[in-house]
Amino acid sequence: MVAFNVNGKRVSVNAEPDTPLLWAIREHLKLTGTKYGCGAGLCGACTVHVDGKAVKSCLTPLSTVAGATVTTIEGLSPDSGHPLQKAWVAEQVPQCGYCQSGQIMKAAELLKQTPDPSRDQIVKHMDGNICRCGTYPRIVAAIQRAAKEG
Amino acid sequence: MDHIEHDGLKITRRQFLASTAWLGFAVAFAPKGLLLMSEAQAKAANYEIGAWVRISPDNRITILTPGAEMGQGSMTGVPIALAEELDADWDTVALEWAPADPKTYGYSRKRGNRLSQSMAIVGSRAVMMYYNDMRTVGAQVRKVLLQAAAKKWKVNPAELSTEPSVVVHRASGRRLTYGEIASFAEVPATMPEVSKAELKDKSQFRLIGKPVPRRDIPEKVNGSAKFSIDIQLPGMVYASTVHAPVQLAEPKSWNDAKVRAMKGVIDVVKLDQGVAVVADTFEHVLAARKVLDVSWAEGAVAQGYDSENTLDSIYPKIAEDKSAKKKTVGEKGDINAAFAGAAKVHKAEFRSDYGYHAQMEPLNGVARFNAAGDQVEVWEGTQAPGRSRQKIAEALGFQPSQVIHHQQYMGGGFGRRSITDYTIEAALIARATKRPVKMIWTREEDMAYGMFRPQSFQCVQAALDNDGKVSGWRHCVVGDGGNLIYSGIKIDNYYGIPNQHVEQRGTSHGIRLKHWRAVAHPFNLFAIEGLVDEMAAKESLDPLEFRRQRLAMTSKAKRVFKAIEKMSAWNTKRPEGRALGLAVTDRSGSLGAGVVEISLDRQTGKIRVHKVWVAIDGGTVVQPEMARRNVESGIIYGLSSVLKERATMKGGKVVQSNFHDYEVLRMSEAPEELHVEFMDRDTKPTGLGEIGNPFIPAAVANAFYALTGKRLYHMPFTPARVLEALKA
Repeated sequence: MVAFNVNGKRVSVNAEPDTPLLWAIREHLKLTGTKYGCGAGLCGACTVHVDGKAVKSCLTPLSTVAGATVTTIEGLSPDSGHPLQKAWVAEQVPQCGYCQSGQIMKAAELLKQTPDPSRDQIVKHMDGNICRCGTYPRIVAAIQRAAKEG
Repeated sequence: MDHIEHDGLKITRRQFLASTAWLGFAVAFAPKGLLLMSEAQAKAANYEIGAWVRISPDNRITILTPGAEMGQGSMTGVPIALAEELDADWDTVALEWAPADPKTYGYSRKRGNRLSQSMAIVGSRAVMMYYNDMRTVGAQVRKVLLQAAAKKWKVNPAELSTEPSVVVHRASGRRLTYGEIASFAEVPATMPEVSKAELKDKSQFRLIGKPVPRRDIPEKVNGSAKFSIDIQLPGMVYASTVHAPVQLAEPKSWNDAKVRAMKGVIDVVKLDQGVAVVADTFEHVLAARKVLDVSWAEGAVAQGYDSENTLDSIYPKIAEDKSAKKKTVGEKGDINAAFAGAAKVHKAEFRSDYGYHAQMEPLNGVARFNAAGDQVEVWEGTQAPGRSRQKIAEALGFQPSQVIHHQQYMGGGFGRRSITDYTIEAALIARATKRPVKMIWTREEDMAYGMFRPQSFQCVQAALDNDGKVSGWRHCVVGDGGNLIYSGIKIDNYYGIPNQHVEQRGTSHGIRLKHWRAVAHPFNLFAIEGLVDEMAAKESLDPLEFRRQRLAMTSKAKRVFKAIEKMSAWNTKRPEGRALGLAVTDRSGSLGAGVVEISLDRQTGKIRVHKVWVAIDGGTVVQPEMARRNVESGIIYGLSSVLKERATMKGGKVVQSNFHDYEVLRMSEAPEELHVEFMDRDTKPTGLGEIGNPFIPAAVANAFYALTGKRLYHMPFTPARVLEALKA
């Protein structure tokens, strides 16, 4: 049993300590907005925040988040009102949409660190997140929009 | 443990048919295509019918959408055509998935001489196939509303007009919302006919051609969009299948007792081509997968197959072999005379490796049987709900009526999801285990048991007559996969060459193959436009000028080439170290021309594509912003495949296993600029989901020649191949 905080709620998950955080979130806690893409830290679809830092939950053992604060896409804002979520809609970014939770969580970390990132900073920060539909130009535009519109 | 049942969009067809509060319009499939009709009409003609449009007294409109959604926007794009002619207030329109029932909800298509109904969303043809039917149905519903209002007001229907979801009588200033009409109107026994002339003129469109936001986007930014992998059912257990490393080998035996003794393991299920482990949690499934040790039957066709050696050495021999199995796919004029009398002959050979779909959502399905075991519910994302339901039924020995199908969003499709081998597995495992099952292939499994875009070898030859015009064209494509390797091989949509011989030479390796975003178009156009560019250089002509002077271009081709010339400023010199490449693009009725601007790191062999322009004639573009993103997506998919992606087989096994060795394009490798323009055309819509990638291989290779004077003949253009080409 590992206890931690998810999206402002205290939870405890009955799973082995080496269970990837991804499966604890998705299947034990039913927060399915966080996606499985590769299981090997290569695609970023499973990105969540642990104590404010973007991590690949498929490579994060459950034991390492004991007592930590985890934020998933469902907890980024109560009403899709995060500037990135608004910008994602304004730019009509998602296509299949499967990678977008991870993209948005990764981008949220960037804006926290660097409120007005350059194109190069955006690309460098986001390069670990694959989008197979190729929405990259739209992601860049949406991050720039979110930075501007706040 | 808490369980929440998710079912994405709700299907309430039966509720509708039983309901009287709604003004409901049924649809049936008739020989001419979809037909709107009343229940009475349908019963009299013995049609299967289903709900299609409902209008409620509170002015809400519900439209069923057959546009399976894998990112291309069809779930929104298809019903927009209906809403347009209905003159519906789009903000009050709700969408529901059409049931997996092609007899009622399918479009008609011709297969040989046979007309069949299909809901398959493939070949980027969703809007194209449904467009006319949707418009007619929308116009019929509008006419019913007008007639009902006219009767109520005792006026001539011709005096009435509509504004979004409102019928207006201008002379008296009276207005009735569609909802108000729904509260008293009845669906007539015979639906009114609508002639083509009664459909809206382009100038009257409020939705078609205007930027309408996609319906799926809000739920794709907050994690609430449901893919089949997200389904949760009470009492659900988890499964994953291990397939043979040599594709299609059957399982013989495995360490059953050891796996069953593992924590959480519930069952181990033998399938025809794999062994599935079933456990209480997915982490226990993953642990059991690692321990499961299967011995596989010998003798699979793929055993020992070496794809690289085959492509390098065996395919060219098949191309030369007079006794090889071959099929003529295009024949025109007198090819032998054209080459015998040629002033000059140009020829070249091209190769292309296997491609993997790499859809972001590893394939998965959810299945649950009823207690009696004679009915199954499945949750899956599929491009072909009708066929899928049929195939699942067949695999279980059921009738399709025993399969309740719940369509979900797809985390990418690209052609992979028009076959449902994955959900069939989920259903078989659920039956064996007698529990609801969520079956997920790992990424490694998805790749090893992939269905690939076939590798191919191309030999193209062109004969030039005394005037330097291209008078003869020979194209031979060699590879596995039958018709999968010759899509896009015909040049007649853009070049008029009087004498042609186009053939496919087949072989079989026992590797699973499948459609892949535009399938063979990218590698066939690579060969076609590669040779055209090479001829232009040899004839000392600008590539665009060569096409104009030496290839009898169709008028459609002339228009798109003219547009791309302007758009890309083709005749303007680029900075040092940059060069342009040009190629035609062709798919599902659409035609375009594209240009890429590249640079090259000569030390590493890495090509960088900075800018891409493409001008496309896609007929009427129903959703320009959506279509633009589709084309951008195709461009990046194409660049990914031509700069990076290659699957290979050694000893019959797929060598690559995840995104570290099957690399796809990342943000840092995407072009800085993408420019997509659609020609302003009033013709019927044609496919736009796949028109973005067919030109990419040739355009990049042609730009590489412009930059270096060297040719690339083997896609993908990996750094190793680029360095080798530079040395040539």
